[in-house]
Amino acid sequence: MADLKSFVKNWTLSELLKGMSITGRHFFAPKITVQYPEEKTPMSPRFRGLHALRRYPNGEERCIACKLCEAVCPAMAITIESEQREDGSRRTTRYDIDLTKCIFCGFCEESCPVDSIVETRIFEYHGEQRGDLLMTKEKLLAVGDRYEAQIAADRAEDAPYR
Amino acid sequence: MALLNLEIDGKPTQIEAGRTVMDAAKQLGIKIPHFCYHRKLSIAANCRMCLVQVEKAPKPLPACATPVTEGMKVHTHSPLAVEAQKAVMEFLLINHPLDCPICDQGGECELQDISVGYGGGASRYQEAKRVVSNKDLGPLISTDMTRCILCTRCVRYGQEIAGIMELGVGGRGEHSEILAFMDLTVDSEVSGNAIDLCPVGALTSKPFRFAARSWELTRFPSVSPHDGLGTQIEVQVKMPNDVVRVLPRKNDDINECWLSDRDRFSYQALHSADRLLHPQVKRDGQWTQVTWAEALQCVVDGLEKVRHDSGGEGIGALLSPHQTLEELYLAQKLLRELGCHNIDHRTRQVDFSLDALQQGTPWLGMAIAHWSDLRAVLVIGSVLRQEQPLLAVRLRRAARSGAQVHRVAARNEDWAMPVAATLLGKPSEWPALLGEILSAVAQQTGIPLPEDLLPLTTTTPSPEALACASNLLTAQGKSAVVLGQLAQQHPDYATLYRLAQVLGEVTGASFGQLALAANTVGAALAGALPQRGAFHTHAQTGLDAQAQWRQPRQAYVVMGLEPSLDCADPTLALKALRQAETVVALSAFKGDAEQWATIMLPIAPFTESAGTFVSMEGRVQSFNGVVSPQGEARPAWKIWRVLGNLLDCPGFAQETLEEVRTEISPDLPLVCREALSNQLSQAPVLKVRASLGTVERVGELPGYHADPLVRRAPALQETALAGDIRVILHPAQAASLGLREGQSVRVRQGEGSVVLPVTLDETLAEGCAVVPIAHPLCASLGEAMGMVVLEGA
Repeated sequence: MADLKSFVKNWTLSELLKGMSITGRHFFAPKITVQYPEEKTPMSPRFRGLHALRRYPNGEERCIACKLCEAVCPAMAITIESEQREDGSRRTTRYDIDLTKCIFCGFCEESCPVDSIVETRIFEYHGEQRGDLLMTKEKLLAVGDRYEAQIAADRAEDAPYR
Repeated sequence: MALLNLEIDGKPTQIEAGRTVMDAAKQLGIKIPHFCYHRKLSIAANCRMCLVQVEKAPKPLPACATPVTEGMKVHTHSPLAVEAQKAVMEFLLINHPLDCPICDQGGECELQDISVGYGGGASRYQEAKRVVSNKDLGPLISTDMTRCILCTRCVRYGQEIAGIMELGVGGRGEHSEILAFMDLTVDSEVSGNAIDLCPVGALTSKPFRFAARSWELTRFPSVSPHDGLGTQIEVQVKMPNDVVRVLPRKNDDINECWLSDRDRFSYQALHSADRLLHPQVKRDGQWTQVTWAEALQCVVDGLEKVRHDSGGEGIGALLSPHQTLEELYLAQKLLRELGCHNIDHRTRQVDFSLDALQQGTPWLGMAIAHWSDLRAVLVIGSVLRQEQPLLAVRLRRAARSGAQVHRVAARNEDWAMPVAATLLGKPSEWPALLGEILSAVAQQTGIPLPEDLLPLTTTTPSPEALACASNLLTAQGKSAVVLGQLAQQHPDYATLYRLAQVLGEVTGASFGQLALAANTVGAALAGALPQRGAFHTHAQTGLDAQAQWRQPRQAYVVMGLEPSLDCADPTLALKALRQAETVVALSAFKGDAEQWATIMLPIAPFTESAGTFVSMEGRVQSFNGVVSPQGEARPAWKIWRVLGNLLDCPGFAQETLEEVRTEISPDLPLVCREALSNQLSQAPVLKVRASLGTVERVGELPGYHADPLVRRAPALQETALAGDIRVILHPAQAASLGLREGQSVRVRQGEGSVVLPVTLDETLAEGCAVVPIAHPLCASLGEAMGMVVLEGA
């Protein structure tokens, strides 16, 4: 009985047709491949990409040099030095993130009491020279200044769940 | 004392009557949360954090203020106790700002720690919060008064330990706040301890402000390089190489849990721009930076030339008693190999007539811990609070519990403690004042005094002398007679020493002398002396510190000293140095060495090199370097060792510091203990300087100018204490010169003169003037206890 079944299957090419029909169906179905870099997938507001240091709307940097991010960083990628600024406030004199060490866990962002260090949606970056991936305070602030609108929108969107 | 039985959390224990529940819990290792309680301070019981449940008591009781009773049953973590503690915590947090991220106390804050256990997750408080303005307490303490929880530890510390009530609570209820009196700053020489005591971040260290967080610091044990107390410190390093803070280590036998401001803030000098970082040689009048090999070769050439010209005796060596035992040992060993016996560390001393008579190494004569138990003390010639801040703290506690403090001094300086009697006199009268006390003792006991002292005795001792004598006698052994810095630099030091020693013998008081430098006792033990080698080995007698200046040498070796500030007679010292052919300066700091040295070798200060200090009670304490030396600085012991090799001297093959230490002695504490003695082999010839009718200088040493480290600590130099360099005159004296308080006076001594502001002190003995030493302004003057001429400027 099994032999007969197999004989009919083989000689009617039913399996081939079944396979071809799947191929055919996908051939005419709408395409889902994302044509990166021309096309991009949607991104969560919680995406953990390149870091940025934010400022308040009045231009004052948010970071207060509490060093919680430095303490929590599992990869020891953050180095901070601090001192008293002339106006008496506590500020960093150095804030370095070594992106070659960073594992993008997001703990720094989570530990920050003033939402200063954040991870942005930027993930397409590269370094051409040694040291390009060492993000200094100036570089991080520049990223923050440039993408502040997006960063702020992302924080606002995620706020109800935090 | 009777022991009471009680039970805490079901654990039975026994404790003496009169102790508190907190003490009993501590004994059992049970932790009760608290803020205002501190074991060294009085009980205030105002924070209420230590509420515990006591059976049969209707309400929770504060553990810190509840005395134990027989059969007491205490529950520290019962629901009632925890509820009470949580409620207290909620009240404390009502007004406490949530600024832990910018608070320097964050990470080591008692409030933070305890709120983790007892604080609520969210605040229920909706009303207005209290805001308190910050106070300016001077250059050492930084304030954030809104954080204050009014535990009053700082207030009680000022009253009870520092002796000056500089802080107090002003206002009532919600408006209570900690204030400095009359808006003054906190100027005590031990003020920094308030920072440690503050359980929150209201008082923090100003030099340390925002420099680091507590969790990123690595802690290393070390020993204070200042006074001879041997204070145990903890040096905190921000890795890899930055000393950012110094805190006390607790040791009840030495510094308890305190630190003097000098010990606490002098680390700033390590980052001073004045650090000598490279070996330098003066060639044709120009300073050039050279390699170590070249510099050491220059030293060898220089010393060899002197040896060839005039033998080893052509070299003079002045070694600082702030250097370590090993460094001083190797230095004197090498110099003695070269035939040089002109080695001394007592650069401020002028009377060396005891050198041939000393049986051992002079020391404090007793353990530091025993100072707390003293019933009577006689301090001869000491600016105690600046000289020995922590010994003064101990003495203050003893004085407050009834000890009788007496002193022989030129003025009634404020020691912030009850002083039973001050025998006032200008320095040349001090031997006579001691003679009066001795006469009083002889009268009261009938013991005959040694014959050689008779010319100094009197038949009518003053009431102060009588009081001092009877107090020393009634203290029955719990008494001490000590010589301070002013006595040690006195021209009649030997006479004072002999008188004080006899006074100790006849009254049964312990006799000793205070050590100003960290390793004064160690330096004498290591053989940095002209008359004997390490640990009393015999050596050919060389020139003492004064003679080396008076009989100028062809070459000098100066280690760790600034001759213009650290010598008894700076002008004489500089003159001798300037005429010398070769002057090797081993120093961590440049200072004015460029003007008198020919070779400068950078050495590592105490944080950058290992070593041993012997405190004035003979305690041997070794420590390790905590950071690597800055620039090309090297530990001094290595420099001496290499010089030993370069000069082909035998016995310089040590590879580690431990080898040096073992070479000195395999059992250092034991040999140190055996070597200490204040005994003299025979009575010295007594001499008393005749006062020539001129003004005698009382060369007080300002605490914040005492050694090269403190001189370069910016925060200490900004304090009122450091800036207060002035001449103290008797009003009558000032009036005769036509001077009023605050006006300037010209002080002439020898060829030099200086103009300084005047302060009047009517307690100052007539015929003398207090003109500080060790300050750059006074460097052009002569001997610390010499004669001066005053002129209206």
